[in-house]
Amino acid sequence: MQWFDALVQGVLLGGMYAQYALGMALMFGVMRIVNVSHGDLVILLSLIGISLASSFGFGPVTVMVALVPLAVILGWLLQKAILNRVVGDDPLPSLIATFGLSLALQNLMLQIWSANSRSLPGGGIESKSIQIGGIYIGLLPVIVLAFAIGLTFALDLMLKRSRFGRALRAAAADVEAASMTGINPRRVYAAATAIAVGILGFAAVFQSLRSTVAPADGGAQLIYAFEAVIIGGMGSVWGAFIGSMVLGISQAIGFRIDPGFGVLAGHLVFLLVLATRPQGLFGKG
Amino acid sequence: MTAVLSTHGLIARYGDFQALYGVDIDLAEGEAVALIGANGAGKSTFLRAVMGLLRVAPDMVRLKGQPIGGMATDRMVQMGISIVPEGRRLFTGMSVEDNLRVAVDQAQRMGRKGGWSLARLQALFPILKDKARTPVESLSGGQQQMVAIGRALLCQPSVLLCDEISLGLAPKVIREIYAALPEIRAQGTAVMLVEQDVGLAQSASDRLYCMLEGRVTLSGRSAEVTRDQIGAAYFGGSHAVV
Ligand SMILES: Nc1ncnc2c1ncn2[C@@H]1O[C@H](COP(=O)(O)OP(=O)(O)OP(=O)(O)O)[C@@H](O)[C@H]1O
Ligand SMILES: [Mg+2]
Repeated sequence: MQWFDALVQGVLLGGMYAQYALGMALMFGVMRIVNVSHGDLVILLSLIGISLASSFGFGPVTVMVALVPLAVILGWLLQKAILNRVVGDDPLPSLIATFGLSLALQNLMLQIWSANSRSLPGGGIESKSIQIGGIYIGLLPVIVLAFAIGLTFALDLMLKRSRFGRALRAAAADVEAASMTGINPRRVYAAATAIAVGILGFAAVFQSLRSTVAPADGGAQLIYAFEAVIIGGMGSVWGAFIGSMVLGISQAIGFRIDPGFGVLAGHLVFLLVLATRPQGLFGKG
Repeated sequence: MTAVLSTHGLIARYGDFQALYGVDIDLAEGEAVALIGANGAGKSTFLRAVMGLLRVAPDMVRLKGQPIGGMATDRMVQMGISIVPEGRRLFTGMSVEDNLRVAVDQAQRMGRKGGWSLARLQALFPILKDKARTPVESLSGGQQQMVAIGRALLCQPSVLLCDEISLGLAPKVIREIYAALPEIRAQGTAVMLVEQDVGLAQSASDRLYCMLEGRVTLSGRSAEVTRDQIGAAYFGGSHAVV
Protein backbone atom coordinates (compact mmCIF):
# COMPACT_ATOMS: atom_id res chain seq x y z
CA MET A 1 0.00 0.00 0.00
CA GLN A 2 2.83 2.31 0.88
CA TRP A 3 4.39 1.71 -2.55
CA PHE A 4 1.12 2.13 -4.35
CA ASP A 5 0.66 5.41 -2.52
CA ALA A 6 4.16 6.46 -3.63
CA LEU A 7 3.25 5.59 -7.20
CA VAL A 8 0.10 7.73 -7.06
CA GLN A 9 1.94 10.66 -5.48
CA GLY A 10 4.67 10.26 -8.09
CA VAL A 11 2.19 10.47 -10.94
CA LEU A 12 0.70 13.59 -9.40
CA LEU A 13 4.14 15.15 -8.99
CA GLY A 14 4.83 14.17 -12.60
CA GLY A 15 1.83 16.29 -13.58
CA MET A 16 3.62 19.34 -12.23
CA TYR A 17 6.86 18.42 -13.97
CA ALA A 18 5.00 17.88 -17.24
CA GLN A 19 3.92 21.50 -17.16
CA TYR A 20 7.56 22.59 -17.05
CA ALA A 21 8.57 19.99 -19.60
CA LEU A 22 6.05 20.76 -22.36
CA GLY A 23 7.56 24.12 -23.23
CA MET A 24 10.99 22.52 -23.14
CA ALA A 25 9.77 19.72 -25.44
CA LEU A 26 8.74 22.36 -27.94
CA MET A 27 11.85 24.55 -27.70
CA PHE A 28 14.57 21.99 -27.09
CA GLY A 29 12.93 18.84 -28.42
CA VAL A 30 11.55 20.30 -31.64
CA MET A 31 13.31 23.61 -32.32
CA ARG A 32 16.66 22.57 -30.78
CA ILE A 33 16.93 25.84 -28.90
CA VAL A 34 18.52 25.50 -25.49
CA ASN A 35 16.72 27.92 -23.19
CA VAL A 36 18.65 28.05 -19.93
CA SER A 37 16.24 30.68 -18.57
CA HIS A 38 13.30 28.22 -18.76
CA GLY A 39 13.09 27.75 -14.99
CA ASP A 40 13.72 31.42 -14.24
CA LEU A 41 10.77 32.33 -16.44
CA VAL A 42 8.54 30.04 -14.33
CA ILE A 43 9.77 31.79 -11.20
CA LEU A 44 9.40 35.26 -12.72
CA LEU A 45 5.84 34.49 -13.75
CA SER A 46 5.10 32.98 -10.33
CA LEU A 47 6.35 36.08 -8.53
CA ILE A 48 4.38 38.37 -10.83
CA GLY A 49 1.31 36.23 -10.13
CA ILE A 50 1.87 36.40 -6.38
CA SER A 51 2.26 40.18 -6.56
CA LEU A 52 -0.90 40.50 -8.64
CA ALA A 53 -2.75 38.45 -6.04
CA SER A 54 -1.51 40.51 -3.12
CA SER A 55 -1.87 43.93 -4.81
CA PHE A 56 -5.28 43.46 -6.41
CA GLY A 57 -6.69 40.61 -4.36
CA PHE A 58 -6.88 38.34 -7.42
CA GLY A 59 -7.84 34.71 -6.83
CA PRO A 60 -5.84 31.91 -8.48
CA VAL A 61 -8.16 31.70 -11.49
CA THR A 62 -7.90 35.43 -12.18
CA VAL A 63 -4.13 35.25 -11.76
CA MET A 64 -4.03 32.49 -14.35
CA VAL A 65 -6.19 34.47 -16.77
CA ALA A 66 -3.78 37.41 -16.42
CA LEU A 67 -0.57 35.40 -16.35
CA VAL A 68 -0.95 33.15 -19.39
CA PRO A 69 -1.34 36.01 -21.91
CA LEU A 70 1.53 37.80 -20.21
CA ALA A 71 3.65 34.66 -20.57
CA VAL A 72 2.73 34.42 -24.25
CA ILE A 73 3.91 38.00 -24.81
CA LEU A 74 7.08 37.35 -22.82
CA GLY A 75 7.85 34.29 -24.97
CA TRP A 76 7.22 36.17 -28.18
CA LEU A 77 9.54 38.97 -27.04
CA LEU A 78 12.20 36.47 -25.98
CA GLN A 79 12.27 34.97 -29.46
CA LYS A 80 12.04 38.29 -31.32
CA ALA A 81 14.60 40.15 -29.24
CA ILE A 82 17.12 37.44 -28.45
CA LEU A 83 16.64 33.96 -29.88
CA ASN A 84 15.88 34.84 -33.52
CA ARG A 85 19.30 36.47 -33.64
CA VAL A 86 21.04 33.30 -32.57
CA VAL A 87 19.03 30.46 -34.14
CA GLY A 88 20.92 28.14 -36.42
CA ASP A 89 22.33 24.65 -36.49
CA ASP A 90 24.69 25.44 -33.65
CA PRO A 91 22.96 25.28 -30.23
CA LEU A 92 25.80 27.09 -28.49
CA PRO A 93 24.78 30.72 -29.23
CA SER A 94 21.26 30.18 -27.83
CA LEU A 95 22.77 28.48 -24.80
CA ILE A 96 25.08 31.41 -24.09
CA ALA A 97 22.43 34.06 -24.75
CA THR A 98 19.85 32.44 -22.47
CA PHE A 99 22.46 31.70 -19.81
CA GLY A 100 23.07 35.45 -19.68
CA LEU A 101 19.34 36.07 -19.57
CA SER A 102 18.99 33.57 -16.74
CA LEU A 103 21.55 35.41 -14.62
CA ALA A 104 19.98 38.78 -15.45
CA LEU A 105 16.49 37.53 -14.54
CA GLN A 106 17.67 36.07 -11.22
CA ASN A 107 19.30 39.35 -10.25
CA LEU A 108 16.30 41.35 -11.37
CA MET A 109 13.99 39.15 -9.30
CA LEU A 110 16.24 39.47 -6.26
CA GLN A 111 16.10 43.25 -6.60
CA ILE A 112 12.33 43.37 -6.88
CA TRP A 113 11.16 40.53 -4.62
CA SER A 114 14.16 39.85 -2.33
CA ALA A 115 15.35 36.31 -1.60
CA ASN A 116 12.29 35.36 0.48
CA SER A 117 10.11 32.40 -0.41
CA ARG A 118 6.52 33.23 -1.24
CA SER A 119 3.45 31.40 -2.37
CA LEU A 120 0.11 32.11 -3.95
CA PRO A 121 -2.89 31.90 -1.57
CA GLY A 122 -5.30 29.38 -3.05
CA GLY A 123 -8.32 30.08 -0.84
CA GLY A 124 -8.19 26.63 0.75
CA ILE A 125 -7.94 24.61 -2.46
CA GLU A 126 -4.33 23.73 -1.74
CA SER A 127 -5.26 21.79 1.39
CA LYS A 128 -8.36 19.95 0.13
CA SER A 129 -8.01 16.26 -0.46
CA ILE A 130 -10.08 13.26 -1.36
CA GLN A 131 -9.72 9.82 0.16
CA ILE A 132 -9.88 6.84 -2.16
CA GLY A 133 -9.42 3.40 -0.62
CA GLY A 134 -7.07 4.45 2.12
CA ILE A 135 -5.04 6.87 0.00
CA TYR A 136 -5.33 10.60 0.41
CA ILE A 137 -5.13 12.44 -2.86
CA GLY A 138 -4.73 16.22 -2.85
CA LEU A 139 -7.31 18.01 -4.97
CA LEU A 140 -4.78 20.53 -6.28
CA PRO A 141 -2.33 17.90 -7.57
CA VAL A 142 -5.23 16.22 -9.37
CA ILE A 143 -6.14 19.52 -11.03
CA VAL A 144 -2.48 20.01 -11.95
CA LEU A 145 -2.37 16.55 -13.55
CA ALA A 146 -5.61 17.18 -15.42
CA PHE A 147 -4.21 20.44 -16.81
CA ALA A 148 -0.97 18.69 -17.76
CA ILE A 149 -2.86 16.00 -19.68
CA GLY A 150 -5.02 18.61 -21.42
CA LEU A 151 -2.01 20.73 -22.39
CA THR A 152 -0.07 17.72 -23.64
CA PHE A 153 -3.01 16.58 -25.72
CA ALA A 154 -3.53 20.03 -27.22
CA LEU A 155 0.16 20.61 -27.94
CA ASP A 156 0.59 17.20 -29.55
CA LEU A 157 -2.46 17.70 -31.74
CA MET A 158 -1.32 21.17 -32.74
CA LEU A 159 2.13 19.93 -33.68
CA LYS A 160 0.88 16.95 -35.70
CA ARG A 161 -2.26 18.22 -37.33
CA SER A 162 -2.29 21.99 -37.63
CA ARG A 163 -0.85 24.22 -40.31
CA PHE A 164 1.25 25.93 -37.69
CA GLY A 165 2.53 22.60 -36.35
CA ARG A 166 3.60 21.42 -39.79
CA ALA A 167 5.31 24.73 -40.49
CA LEU A 168 7.17 24.51 -37.18
CA ARG A 169 8.33 20.92 -37.79
CA ALA A 170 9.41 21.92 -41.30
CA ALA A 171 11.38 24.92 -40.02
CA ALA A 172 12.97 22.76 -37.32
CA ALA A 173 14.04 20.20 -39.94
CA ASP A 174 15.52 22.75 -42.39
CA VAL A 175 15.07 26.48 -41.86
CA GLU A 176 16.17 27.43 -45.35
CA ALA A 177 14.04 24.81 -47.10
CA ALA A 178 11.10 25.99 -44.99
CA SER A 179 11.53 29.53 -46.26
CA MET A 180 11.69 28.13 -49.81
CA THR A 181 8.23 26.71 -49.15
CA GLY A 182 6.84 30.09 -48.14
CA ILE A 183 7.29 29.80 -44.40
CA ASN A 184 8.56 32.80 -42.48
CA PRO A 185 10.73 30.89 -39.98
CA ARG A 186 11.20 33.81 -37.60
CA ARG A 187 7.50 34.34 -37.27
CA VAL A 188 6.85 30.63 -36.77
CA TYR A 189 9.60 30.43 -34.14
CA ALA A 190 8.32 33.51 -32.35
CA ALA A 191 4.86 31.94 -32.16
CA ALA A 192 6.29 28.62 -30.96
CA THR A 193 8.29 30.25 -28.18
CA ALA A 194 5.23 32.29 -27.25
CA ILE A 195 3.32 29.01 -26.85
CA ALA A 196 6.17 27.35 -24.92
CA VAL A 197 6.43 30.21 -22.43
CA GLY A 198 2.64 30.56 -22.41
CA ILE A 199 2.42 27.04 -20.98
CA LEU A 200 4.81 28.18 -18.25
CA GLY A 201 2.10 30.67 -17.28
CA PHE A 202 -0.05 27.70 -16.19
CA ALA A 203 2.95 26.05 -14.55
CA ALA A 204 3.74 29.25 -12.61
CA VAL A 205 0.28 29.44 -11.05
CA PHE A 206 0.29 25.79 -10.02
CA GLN A 207 3.87 25.86 -8.81
CA SER A 208 3.20 28.82 -6.52
CA LEU A 209 -0.04 27.27 -5.26
CA ARG A 210 1.58 23.89 -4.52
CA SER A 211 4.67 25.17 -2.79
CA THR A 212 6.78 28.28 -2.33
CA VAL A 213 8.92 30.08 -4.88
CA ALA A 214 12.05 32.20 -4.45
CA PRO A 215 14.18 33.97 -7.12
CA ALA A 216 16.92 31.31 -7.08
CA ASP A 217 14.59 28.30 -7.53
CA GLY A 218 14.61 28.28 -11.33
CA GLY A 219 17.54 25.90 -11.67
CA ALA A 220 15.60 22.92 -10.34
CA GLN A 221 12.71 23.46 -12.76
CA LEU A 222 15.13 23.76 -15.63
CA ILE A 223 16.79 20.47 -14.72
CA TYR A 224 13.51 18.59 -14.23
CA ALA A 225 12.15 19.84 -17.55
CA PHE A 226 15.38 18.97 -19.31
CA GLU A 227 15.49 15.49 -17.79
CA ALA A 228 11.85 14.80 -18.63
CA VAL A 229 12.41 15.72 -22.29
CA ILE A 230 15.53 13.56 -22.55
CA ILE A 231 13.90 10.60 -20.80
CA GLY A 232 10.87 10.83 -23.07
CA GLY A 233 12.82 11.41 -26.28
CA MET A 234 13.49 14.55 -28.31
CA GLY A 235 10.65 15.79 -30.46
CA SER A 236 7.89 13.79 -28.78
CA VAL A 237 5.33 15.74 -26.75
CA TRP A 238 3.78 12.66 -25.13
CA GLY A 239 7.33 11.44 -24.58
CA ALA A 240 7.99 14.52 -22.46
CA PHE A 241 4.79 13.81 -20.54
CA ILE A 242 5.80 10.20 -19.87
CA GLY A 243 9.31 11.39 -19.02
CA SER A 244 7.78 13.69 -16.40
CA MET A 245 5.85 10.75 -14.95
CA VAL A 246 9.01 8.63 -14.78
CA LEU A 247 10.78 11.46 -13.01
CA GLY A 248 7.90 12.10 -10.58
CA ILE A 249 7.49 8.39 -9.74
CA SER A 250 11.25 7.91 -9.27
CA GLN A 251 11.39 10.85 -6.88
CA ALA A 252 8.31 9.72 -4.91
CA ILE A 253 9.61 6.17 -4.53
CA GLY A 254 13.09 7.42 -3.70
CA PHE A 255 11.55 9.64 -1.05
CA ARG A 256 9.84 6.62 0.56
CA ILE A 257 13.13 4.80 0.71
CA ASP A 258 14.81 7.76 2.33
CA PRO A 259 13.52 11.37 2.40
CA GLY A 260 16.95 12.63 1.41
CA PHE A 261 17.11 10.26 -1.57
CA GLY A 262 14.03 11.53 -3.47
CA VAL A 263 15.54 14.10 -5.85
CA LEU A 264 18.68 12.03 -6.30
CA ALA A 265 16.60 8.98 -7.30
CA GLY A 266 15.14 11.06 -10.13
CA HIS A 267 18.59 12.02 -11.37
CA LEU A 268 19.77 8.41 -11.16
CA VAL A 269 16.86 7.16 -13.28
CA PHE A 270 17.64 9.94 -15.76
CA LEU A 271 21.26 8.78 -15.98
CA LEU A 272 20.11 5.18 -16.31
CA VAL A 273 17.90 6.07 -19.29
CA LEU A 274 20.69 8.14 -20.81
CA ALA A 275 23.08 5.19 -20.51
CA THR A 276 20.75 2.46 -21.76
CA ARG A 277 18.51 4.31 -24.20
CA PRO A 278 20.10 7.65 -25.13
CA GLN A 279 17.43 8.47 -27.70
CA GLY A 280 14.82 8.40 -24.90
CA LEU A 281 11.83 6.13 -24.36
CA PHE A 282 9.88 7.50 -27.33
CA GLY A 283 12.79 8.71 -29.45
CA LYS A 284 13.54 7.21 -32.81
CA GLY A 285 16.74 5.47 -33.79
CA MET B 1 7.76 38.04 -75.44
CA THR B 2 7.95 39.90 -72.13
CA ALA B 3 10.05 38.39 -69.39
CA VAL B 4 8.31 37.11 -66.28
CA LEU B 5 11.64 36.83 -64.47
CA SER B 6 14.82 38.65 -65.40
CA THR B 7 18.17 39.46 -63.85
CA HIS B 8 20.17 42.57 -64.63
CA GLY B 9 23.87 42.63 -63.96
CA LEU B 10 23.36 40.19 -61.10
CA ILE B 11 26.31 40.11 -58.75
CA ALA B 12 26.68 37.78 -55.76
CA ARG B 13 29.41 37.15 -53.22
CA TYR B 14 30.30 34.69 -50.49
CA GLY B 15 32.24 36.97 -48.17
CA ASP B 16 35.26 38.17 -50.13
CA PHE B 17 34.74 35.66 -52.92
CA GLN B 18 32.72 36.99 -55.84
CA ALA B 19 30.70 34.17 -57.42
CA LEU B 20 28.59 36.05 -60.01
CA TYR B 21 29.89 38.85 -62.26
CA GLY B 22 26.90 40.64 -63.79
CA VAL B 23 24.57 37.90 -65.00
CA ASP B 24 21.71 38.83 -67.35
CA ILE B 25 19.19 36.03 -67.78
CA ASP B 26 15.49 36.16 -68.56
CA LEU B 27 12.54 33.80 -68.71
CA ALA B 28 9.25 34.28 -70.51
CA GLU B 29 5.88 32.97 -69.38
CA GLY B 30 5.58 29.22 -69.97
CA GLU B 31 9.11 29.04 -71.33
CA ALA B 32 11.65 26.37 -70.40
CA VAL B 33 15.18 27.68 -70.12
CA ALA B 34 18.20 25.55 -69.31
CA LEU B 35 21.22 26.80 -67.40
CA ILE B 36 24.30 24.66 -67.93
CA GLY B 37 27.92 24.93 -66.88
CA ALA B 38 30.72 23.03 -65.23
CA ASN B 39 31.03 22.38 -61.50
CA GLY B 40 31.46 25.64 -59.64
CA ALA B 41 30.31 27.81 -62.57
CA GLY B 42 27.79 29.56 -60.32
CA LYS B 43 24.50 27.96 -61.38
CA SER B 44 23.26 27.21 -57.87
CA THR B 45 24.55 30.59 -56.74
CA PHE B 46 22.44 32.21 -59.45
CA LEU B 47 19.30 30.42 -58.24
CA ARG B 48 20.06 31.22 -54.59
CA ALA B 49 20.61 34.88 -55.45
CA VAL B 50 17.28 35.02 -57.29
CA MET B 51 15.51 33.37 -54.32
CA GLY B 52 16.78 35.99 -51.90
CA LEU B 53 19.13 33.57 -50.16
CA LEU B 54 22.11 35.78 -50.96
CA ARG B 55 22.35 39.53 -50.59
CA VAL B 56 21.65 41.29 -53.90
CA ALA B 57 20.43 44.76 -54.90
CA PRO B 58 16.68 45.17 -55.62
CA ASP B 59 17.14 46.15 -59.25
CA MET B 60 19.20 43.10 -60.09
CA VAL B 61 16.19 40.75 -60.03
CA ARG B 62 12.84 41.65 -61.56
CA LEU B 63 9.55 39.79 -61.54
CA LYS B 64 7.22 41.07 -64.28
CA GLY B 65 9.35 44.22 -64.29
CA GLN B 66 9.10 44.86 -60.54
CA PRO B 67 12.39 44.99 -58.62
CA ILE B 68 12.43 42.15 -56.06
CA GLY B 69 16.15 41.43 -55.58
CA GLY B 70 17.16 40.52 -52.04
CA MET B 71 13.64 40.18 -50.64
CA ALA B 72 13.08 37.46 -48.02
CA THR B 73 12.80 33.99 -49.52
CA ASP B 74 9.30 33.39 -48.18
CA ARG B 75 8.21 36.62 -49.91
CA MET B 76 9.68 35.34 -53.18
CA VAL B 77 7.52 32.24 -52.84
CA GLN B 78 4.54 34.40 -52.08
CA MET B 79 5.15 36.34 -55.30
CA GLY B 80 5.31 33.17 -57.35
CA ILE B 81 8.90 31.92 -57.52
CA SER B 82 9.51 28.36 -56.30
CA ILE B 83 12.67 26.33 -56.18
CA VAL B 84 13.56 22.65 -56.21
CA PRO B 85 16.82 23.12 -54.36
CA GLU B 86 20.14 21.40 -54.90
CA GLY B 87 20.15 18.26 -52.74
CA ARG B 88 16.31 18.31 -52.47
CA ARG B 89 16.26 19.58 -48.88
CA LEU B 90 13.16 17.65 -47.81
CA PHE B 91 11.78 17.90 -44.28
CA THR B 92 13.19 14.80 -42.65
CA GLY B 93 11.19 13.20 -39.86
CA MET B 94 7.97 14.12 -41.66
CA SER B 95 5.84 11.93 -43.92
CA VAL B 96 5.68 12.41 -47.68
CA GLU B 97 2.20 13.83 -47.34
CA ASP B 98 3.18 16.24 -44.57
CA ASN B 99 6.12 17.47 -46.66
CA LEU B 100 3.67 18.30 -49.42
CA ARG B 101 1.02 19.67 -47.10
CA VAL B 102 3.46 22.26 -45.79
CA ALA B 103 3.41 23.79 -49.26
CA VAL B 104 -0.38 23.47 -49.56
CA ASP B 105 -0.72 25.20 -46.17
CA GLN B 106 1.51 28.08 -47.11
CA ALA B 107 -0.09 28.62 -50.53
CA GLN B 108 -3.40 28.79 -48.72
CA ARG B 109 -2.05 31.19 -46.10
CA MET B 110 -0.56 33.45 -48.76
CA GLY B 111 -3.68 33.30 -50.89
CA ARG B 112 -1.81 31.87 -53.88
CA LYS B 113 -4.11 30.09 -56.28
CA GLY B 114 -3.11 27.85 -59.13
CA GLY B 115 -3.74 24.59 -60.84
CA TRP B 116 -1.89 22.26 -58.48
CA SER B 117 -3.55 20.16 -55.81
CA LEU B 118 -2.38 17.17 -53.82
CA ALA B 119 -4.67 14.94 -55.90
CA ARG B 120 -3.36 16.23 -59.22
CA LEU B 121 0.22 15.84 -58.07
CA GLN B 122 -0.49 12.27 -56.98
CA ALA B 123 -1.89 11.62 -60.43
CA LEU B 124 1.30 13.00 -61.99
CA PHE B 125 3.58 10.99 -59.66
CA PRO B 126 1.47 8.05 -58.36
CA ILE B 127 4.23 6.99 -55.97
CA LEU B 128 3.46 10.09 -53.87
CA LYS B 129 0.07 8.58 -53.11
CA ASP B 130 1.33 5.05 -52.43
CA LYS B 131 4.00 6.36 -50.07
CA ALA B 132 1.95 9.19 -48.55
CA ARG B 133 2.46 8.02 -44.95
CA THR B 134 6.08 6.97 -45.36
CA PRO B 135 8.79 9.06 -43.70
CA VAL B 136 10.36 11.00 -46.53
CA GLU B 137 13.93 9.91 -45.74
CA SER B 138 13.13 6.26 -46.48
CA LEU B 139 12.23 6.98 -50.13
CA SER B 140 14.59 6.32 -53.03
CA GLY B 141 16.44 9.24 -54.61
CA GLY B 142 14.03 9.50 -57.53
CA GLN B 143 11.00 9.38 -55.27
CA GLN B 144 12.50 12.05 -53.05
CA GLN B 145 13.07 14.22 -56.11
CA MET B 146 9.37 13.83 -56.97
CA VAL B 147 8.47 15.03 -53.48
CA ALA B 148 10.80 18.02 -53.87
CA ILE B 149 9.26 18.92 -57.23
CA GLY B 150 5.77 18.38 -55.84
CA ARG B 151 6.48 20.61 -52.86
CA ALA B 152 7.64 23.40 -55.17
CA LEU B 153 4.62 23.00 -57.48
CA LEU B 154 2.15 23.12 -54.60
CA CYS B 155 3.41 26.64 -53.87
CA GLN B 156 1.59 27.42 -57.17
CA PRO B 157 4.58 29.08 -58.84
CA SER B 158 4.59 31.18 -61.99
CA VAL B 159 8.36 30.56 -62.11
CA LEU B 160 9.86 27.21 -61.15
CA LEU B 161 13.61 26.93 -60.60
CA CYS B 162 15.04 23.38 -60.66
CA ASP B 163 18.58 22.72 -59.48
CA GLU B 164 19.99 19.51 -61.01
CA ILE B 165 16.89 17.37 -60.58
CA SER B 166 18.49 14.53 -62.57
CA LEU B 167 21.62 14.29 -60.43
CA GLY B 168 22.40 10.75 -59.31
CA LEU B 169 19.22 9.22 -60.75
CA ALA B 170 18.83 6.27 -63.11
CA PRO B 171 18.01 7.13 -66.75
CA LYS B 172 14.55 5.59 -66.44
CA VAL B 173 13.74 7.73 -63.41
CA ILE B 174 15.11 10.85 -65.12
CA ARG B 175 12.80 10.23 -68.07
CA GLU B 176 9.87 9.77 -65.70
CA ILE B 177 10.60 13.09 -64.00
CA TYR B 178 11.22 15.01 -67.21
CA ALA B 179 7.98 13.59 -68.65
CA ALA B 180 6.17 15.80 -66.13
CA LEU B 181 7.61 18.95 -67.66
CA PRO B 182 4.98 19.52 -70.38
CA GLU B 183 2.17 19.36 -67.85
CA ILE B 184 3.98 21.84 -65.61
CA ARG B 185 4.54 24.23 -68.50
CA ALA B 186 0.94 23.86 -69.67
CA GLN B 187 0.03 25.77 -66.48
CA GLY B 188 1.86 28.77 -67.91
CA THR B 189 4.70 28.20 -65.46
CA ALA B 190 8.12 29.29 -66.66
CA VAL B 191 10.76 26.69 -65.82
CA MET B 192 14.48 27.13 -65.37
CA LEU B 193 16.43 23.88 -65.48
CA VAL B 194 19.92 23.84 -64.05
CA GLU B 195 21.56 20.75 -65.50
CA GLN B 196 24.94 19.07 -65.79
CA ASP B 197 23.66 16.77 -68.52
CA VAL B 198 23.97 18.96 -71.63
CA GLY B 199 22.00 16.69 -73.95
CA LEU B 200 19.12 16.49 -71.50
CA ALA B 201 19.18 20.25 -70.93
CA GLN B 202 19.17 20.94 -74.64
CA SER B 203 16.29 18.61 -75.48
CA ALA B 204 14.10 19.75 -72.58
CA SER B 205 14.41 23.51 -73.08
CA ASP B 206 13.47 26.26 -75.54
CA ARG B 207 16.56 28.32 -74.83
CA LEU B 208 19.73 27.75 -72.89
CA TYR B 209 22.42 29.70 -71.12
CA CYS B 210 25.88 28.43 -70.36
CA MET B 211 27.84 29.82 -67.42
CA LEU B 212 31.53 29.78 -66.68
CA GLU B 213 33.19 31.24 -63.60
CA GLY B 214 30.25 33.46 -62.69
CA ARG B 215 29.57 34.79 -66.19
CA VAL B 216 27.20 33.83 -69.02
CA THR B 217 29.39 32.56 -71.86
CA LEU B 218 26.70 31.36 -74.26
CA SER B 219 23.01 31.96 -74.80
CA GLY B 220 20.68 30.96 -77.61
CA ARG B 221 17.90 28.72 -78.83
CA SER B 222 18.48 25.17 -77.62
CA ALA B 223 17.75 23.64 -81.02
CA GLU B 224 20.27 25.91 -82.72
CA VAL B 225 23.36 25.90 -80.54
CA THR B 226 26.00 23.43 -81.64
CA ARG B 227 28.09 21.01 -79.63
CA ASP B 228 31.20 23.01 -80.48
CA GLN B 229 29.71 26.25 -79.25
CA ILE B 230 28.68 24.60 -76.00
CA GLY B 231 32.10 23.04 -75.64
CA ALA B 232 33.78 26.42 -76.03
CA ALA B 233 31.37 28.12 -73.62
CA TYR B 234 31.77 25.33 -71.05
CA PHE B 235 35.51 25.46 -70.83
CA GLY B 236 36.38 29.01 -71.91
CA GLY B 237 36.28 31.31 -74.91
CA SER B 238 34.36 34.46 -75.67
CA HIS B 239 30.63 35.02 -75.22
CA ALA B 240 28.70 33.73 -78.19
CA VAL B 241 25.09 34.60 -79.01
CA VAL B 242 23.34 32.33 -81.49
N1 LIG C 1 28.65 28.76 -49.28
C1 LIG C 1 29.70 29.08 -50.06
N2 LIG C 1 30.73 29.76 -49.54
C2 LIG C 1 31.78 30.11 -50.32
N3 LIG C 1 31.90 29.82 -51.62
C3 LIG C 1 30.88 29.15 -52.19
C4 LIG C 1 29.73 28.73 -51.44
N4 LIG C 1 28.90 28.08 -52.27
C5 LIG C 1 29.50 28.07 -53.47
N5 LIG C 1 30.68 28.72 -53.43
C6 LIG C 1 31.59 28.91 -54.56
O1 LIG C 1 30.90 29.66 -55.54
C7 LIG C 1 31.20 29.16 -56.82
C8 LIG C 1 29.92 28.77 -57.53
O2 LIG C 1 29.36 27.68 -56.87
P1 LIG C 1 27.95 27.07 -57.26
O3 LIG C 1 27.57 26.11 -56.20
O4 LIG C 1 27.02 28.16 -57.58
O5 LIG C 1 28.31 26.29 -58.59
P2 LIG C 1 27.41 25.35 -59.47
O6 LIG C 1 27.48 25.87 -60.85
O7 LIG C 1 26.07 25.19 -58.88
O8 LIG C 1 28.21 23.99 -59.39
P3 LIG C 1 27.67 22.47 -59.28
O9 LIG C 1 27.37 22.04 -60.66
O10 LIG C 1 28.84 21.75 -58.70
O11 LIG C 1 26.48 22.45 -58.40
C9 LIG C 1 32.16 28.00 -56.63
O12 LIG C 1 33.47 28.48 -56.84
C10 LIG C 1 31.97 27.61 -55.21
O13 LIG C 1 33.17 27.10 -54.66
MG1 LIG D 1 25.04 23.63 -58.04
